[in-house]
Amino acid sequence: MEQAAYKPGEHPDLPPPSDTVGPIAWVRANLLSSPTNIVLTVLSIWFLYEIIPATLDWAFLDAAFTGESRDECRAKAGGACWAFIGERFNLFTYGFYPADERWRIDLAFVLLCVALLPVLWDRCPLRKYGLYFACAFPFVAGWLLLGGFGLTPVDTDEFGGFMLTLVIGITGITFSLPIGIILALGRQSDMLIVRVFSIWFIEFFRGVPLITLLFVASTMLNYFLPTGTTFDLLLRVLIMVTLFASAYMAEVIRGGLQALPRGQYEAADSMGLKYWTSMRLIILPQALKISIPGIVNTFIGLYKDTTLVIIIGLLDPLGVGRSSLADTKWTGLSNEMYLFVAIFFFISCFGMSRYSLYLEKKLATGHER
Amino acid sequence: MNETADKSNDNPEKEIVIVIRKMHKWYGQFHVLKDINLNVERGEKIVICGPSGSGKSTLIRCINRLEEHQDGEIIVDGTELTNDLKNVELVRREVGMVFQHFNLFPHLTVLDNCTLAPIWVRKEPREEAEATAMEYLERVKIPDQANKFPGQLSGGQQQRVAIARSLCMKPRVMLFDEPTSALDPEMIKEVLDVMIELANVGMTMLCVTHEMGFAKTVADRVIFMDEGEIIEQNKPHDFFDSPQHDRTKLFLSQILNH
Ligand SMILES: Nc1ncnc2c1ncn2[C@@H]1O[C@H](COP(=O)(O)OP(=O)(O)OP(=O)(O)O)[C@@H](O)[C@H]1O
Ligand SMILES: [Mg+2]
Repeated sequence: MEQAAYKPGEHPDLPPPSDTVGPIAWVRANLLSSPTNIVLTVLSIWFLYEIIPATLDWAFLDAAFTGESRDECRAKAGGACWAFIGERFNLFTYGFYPADERWRIDLAFVLLCVALLPVLWDRCPLRKYGLYFACAFPFVAGWLLLGGFGLTPVDTDEFGGFMLTLVIGITGITFSLPIGIILALGRQSDMLIVRVFSIWFIEFFRGVPLITLLFVASTMLNYFLPTGTTFDLLLRVLIMVTLFASAYMAEVIRGGLQALPRGQYEAADSMGLKYWTSMRLIILPQALKISIPGIVNTFIGLYKDTTLVIIIGLLDPLGVGRSSLADTKWTGLSNEMYLFVAIFFFISCFGMSRYSLYLEKKLATGHER
Repeated sequence: MNETADKSNDNPEKEIVIVIRKMHKWYGQFHVLKDINLNVERGEKIVICGPSGSGKSTLIRCINRLEEHQDGEIIVDGTELTNDLKNVELVRREVGMVFQHFNLFPHLTVLDNCTLAPIWVRKEPREEAEATAMEYLERVKIPDQANKFPGQLSGGQQQRVAIARSLCMKPRVMLFDEPTSALDPEMIKEVLDVMIELANVGMTMLCVTHEMGFAKTVADRVIFMDEGEIIEQNKPHDFFDSPQHDRTKLFLSQILNH
């Protein structure tokens, strides 16, 4: 049927039909679009209905937030006993770090945030100086945590809890990326020795479970090192974790390098760019961008693997938690403890994952050919 | 470009820019280039044609050592290409290359694509490099796209950026490897126009192309290759009207009666 038509070239922009926009249309399109979809929607609602009230009840409404022991908690409420976490909070956070010196950890953490800001956010004011500070941060943090030069020395045996997780995780992340890049480039090198070394390094560290490496770090190295040398256990763990993650990182980045069209290398070569210049300005920015999901994946894996250090006797949050559970005052509260630790890890890892998505979006430069 | 234009083509004492003597190249056991001898004069425009797989790309890629030759010699602007990286870098500064698939750097803007090599290889200050880049982008008629990323441009525009990018290094020789074969027909002309303009200001050009119209109007010499050998070379007029060799005749009949 012919409606009042517009003359060619005079058609105005009309709004879309009202039943294709708005919340009702959204529900119809996303939740009720097909019989399967309807069934899934109904099931999900039922599932949430079963889970959420019970969880809320346990975690908040019927929970005890104060108390001196498990029994006191139980007398007050039937749900979670957060008093346990409250009492042990400092232990979870600082490990056995001397109470009078804990301000140093707090300060290091604040400085960490200051250092991360310019690294993660490219429009941060004074970014250049921020980056200088970020480079200096590891040394500053090392000094604050270990002491010396005017601060009371603290032994690494006393490190523990979330602070230990952060120390291992951040060291591993910071060093595994550059080492991984070098290894990935080495694996593609024209120089036989460099290539063979990179391949063997990567294959060895990828082929051995991290736990094994940690055992090697804690016991076997003593046989190899000259007797009498002391070589800090935490330092050994840091080295092992870093090398382990570097091997994975190298493979992730190699994937990115190989995904680049050969033309990019050729264009860079044909302009007379030197190897390191073309890697830095042309190849790596693109290869790393492609590899972001894999790189962050490796970071997250490394971060969670830090909990393995419990096996060789370092007290990470899980170690702290388990030793706390051994206290007769608090036995049987493992749900609270594991949930608490899980939330800590989830926040860190989810943060990394969201940041990687943000970065991918930001670095997109139109559809690539 | 103007300074090269002054060295007019009518100069009797022609300066030789590229010398290739008894050059051979193998890919493993495969003898891909056989006894190549070629002298290119300053300002000369050479079109290389031949069937697919005849070694045209390999030949021009040897000239800036994207490929290594195993025997004979290649001398570009007085520098012999050897394993000495210094020489290779020297030659690559003077020789620009335009690829079939443009090979722009997708993570950099058009302007940054153009200034990268001048800044990092020729160590020009950024302002100077940007001024030069804008000049060449104007010459290829896309100054308004300078701040876009390559992915946002059409194929023809990308190829013109690629040409501008090479020119920003102020090369003495330009190599083109089928610069128009990845383009839609309506974009071929805009790229050819830029190349013709470049030829008119006296750039030394070696150009692998199937655009026979371009060869007829611009080339000083057409080279026909087959199976790794230079079979025949001649002025375009003679090359197209009276080819000497049977293989040339066959090739021409195939591409012209299309
Ligand atoms: N890296 C390589 N390794 C082995 N063989 C190769 C390699 N590159 C090219 N070849 C072979 O060398 C021969 C010449 O290749 P080249 O790319 O120079 O041909 P061409 O004349 O440019 O062809 P086209 O018109 O299809 O581009 C072909 O037979 C090709 O298969
Ligand atoms: Mg080719």
